[in-house]
Amino acid sequence: MAKPIRTVLIYLGLSLVALTMLLPFLWMVLASLKPLREVEMLNPLPTEWHPENYRKVFEQIPFARYYFNSVFISAWITFLQCLTSCMAAFAFARLNWKGRDGVFRLYLATLMIPGVVTMIPNYTLMVKLHILDSYTGLIVPASFSAFGTFLLRQFMLTIPPALDEAAEIDGAGRWQVFWDVIMPLARPGIITLGIFTFMGTYGSFFWPLILIKSEHLRTLPIGMLFFDTNYGRQTNLIMAASVMNIIPLIILFVTSQKFLVKGIQLGAVKG
Amino acid sequence: MTGKLRPGEARNRRDTVAALLFLLPNFLGFVIFTSGPVIFSLAASFTNWNLQQTVPFRWVGFENYGRLLADPEFHLYAVNTAYFLLGMPLAIAGSLCLAMMLSQKLKGIVVYRTLFYLPSFTSGVALMILWKALYNPDFGPVNAMIDWVTHSLHLSIAAPQWLLSTQNVLGLDVEKVGITAKQLGIGARDAIIIMGIWTAVGGNNMLLYLAALTNVPQELSEAAELDGAGPWQVFRNVTWPQLAPTTFFIVVMSFIGGLQGGFEQARVMTAGGPAGTTTTLAYHIYTKAFEEFQIGYASAVSWVLFALVFAATAINWKFGNREVSY
Repeated sequence: MAKPIRTVLIYLGLSLVALTMLLPFLWMVLASLKPLREVEMLNPLPTEWHPENYRKVFEQIPFARYYFNSVFISAWITFLQCLTSCMAAFAFARLNWKGRDGVFRLYLATLMIPGVVTMIPNYTLMVKLHILDSYTGLIVPASFSAFGTFLLRQFMLTIPPALDEAAEIDGAGRWQVFWDVIMPLARPGIITLGIFTFMGTYGSFFWPLILIKSEHLRTLPIGMLFFDTNYGRQTNLIMAASVMNIIPLIILFVTSQKFLVKGIQLGAVKG
Repeated sequence: MTGKLRPGEARNRRDTVAALLFLLPNFLGFVIFTSGPVIFSLAASFTNWNLQQTVPFRWVGFENYGRLLADPEFHLYAVNTAYFLLGMPLAIAGSLCLAMMLSQKLKGIVVYRTLFYLPSFTSGVALMILWKALYNPDFGPVNAMIDWVTHSLHLSIAAPQWLLSTQNVLGLDVEKVGITAKQLGIGARDAIIIMGIWTAVGGNNMLLYLAALTNVPQELSEAAELDGAGPWQVFRNVTWPQLAPTTFFIVVMSFIGGLQGGFEQARVMTAGGPAGTTTTLAYHIYTKAFEEFQIGYASAVSWVLFALVFAATAINWKFGNREVSY
């Protein structure tokens, strides 16, 4: 096939797919700006624009509170998971100790276990510890990650071992090697894990759904679910809430694309 | 005694102490929230434990497992879970196609990549609520478009009822495991598969293929072209074998994820219906454990799910690895 025709065909294919990806989002944004009766009509553009739909969401449900809860919980989990994963990854990637590979294989093996298997005992544990329906119950169990440990270990293995040795000859202890040598070099990996964790927690649904009973502790996905089911048919307002729900993700994605693309490829290809 | 250690041994001993301290926080969490619960849940699956405590607690042996294997509901939910895997080859093939188009060195490729990745990055409850509205058979834009097309072509085909219909493209029966003509059509399960493909096709798998494609040596395909191979032959004999490790990884991960999937879709979009046709094993476990509080029974179902995931991975490993050429 001649080169220009080929190029045109590829662009045509790419644009068609891009359009398929964009149309639902476009419909969502337009529906969020329509009066309710027009959501169900076929006119693509609203005849009257209703940006106040967005304000109404905040009047009907404590949407700001949901935002805060989601961001607060995600930030804590991201911080704790990165910290504990970094430390464990350092032990697996940079230190020699008996039983290291055995323990690491144990970690890897748990990656295959379906989340629901551990969810049930963890729920009963939360009941026993009286932290059902609390920030603690949402944050603590999610703060340890075998996947994060695995990802950062892969990353730390790519750092030359001579660096640790040089630092040790200069009299650095293990903690200094970790904090001053490895951590700065592992930063791209940590940022990748941080983004993954934040996104994952921000959208996490199962655990908050079973754990949270009080309205003021609901996260965005849970708040959205109840807004959708308990407040009657207000598709325009629900779409406004959905738009506001995904905007932080889009911002995060656009600013962090570079790290993400690398991180996904690292986690898999070297696994 | 301390002075007698050779330098290497002293170093190893210091390493062991340090390693313990570095590992401790993560390992504690791992034991309390992952490996401990796994064992606990296995034990629970042999009990009649109910959080509402209307019946006295006792060990029941394999009773839960016997009960679920004989339960027609469980059969339907297992079939549903398998049915949702049908989207997997389509999604993977789609990801590969998109990656191949993106790997051509053309202008503006990054913009397309970003747009393709958008649904998978924003996926979750918000997008599921969106799709529920899109699929609305009376007011949703999906059927509005279908009606518009069929009307312009003067066809008299009724648009699908999407999330309200038990029909499916394989014609699977609802009452029992089998096939019946009256279930042939497009329904809730297909709607969820289509949404799943839309969400995932431009996601992580596409990026993995994109990375793998840039690693395929250019000389190989050029040499094949010089030998007179057409585009399909180059793909079949050069590109595809080089992508085998990536495909293998993607298939394994898709099986692991797919078998455990369908929970959010069922909870947000369909409540598992109509007639249980969108209830997957994961959603079944949720309703048993957290709506009916039958912890023992739900644990047994979760271990069956675990066994299925394990078996799928083992089979992939056994047969998939053969085709991989390193």
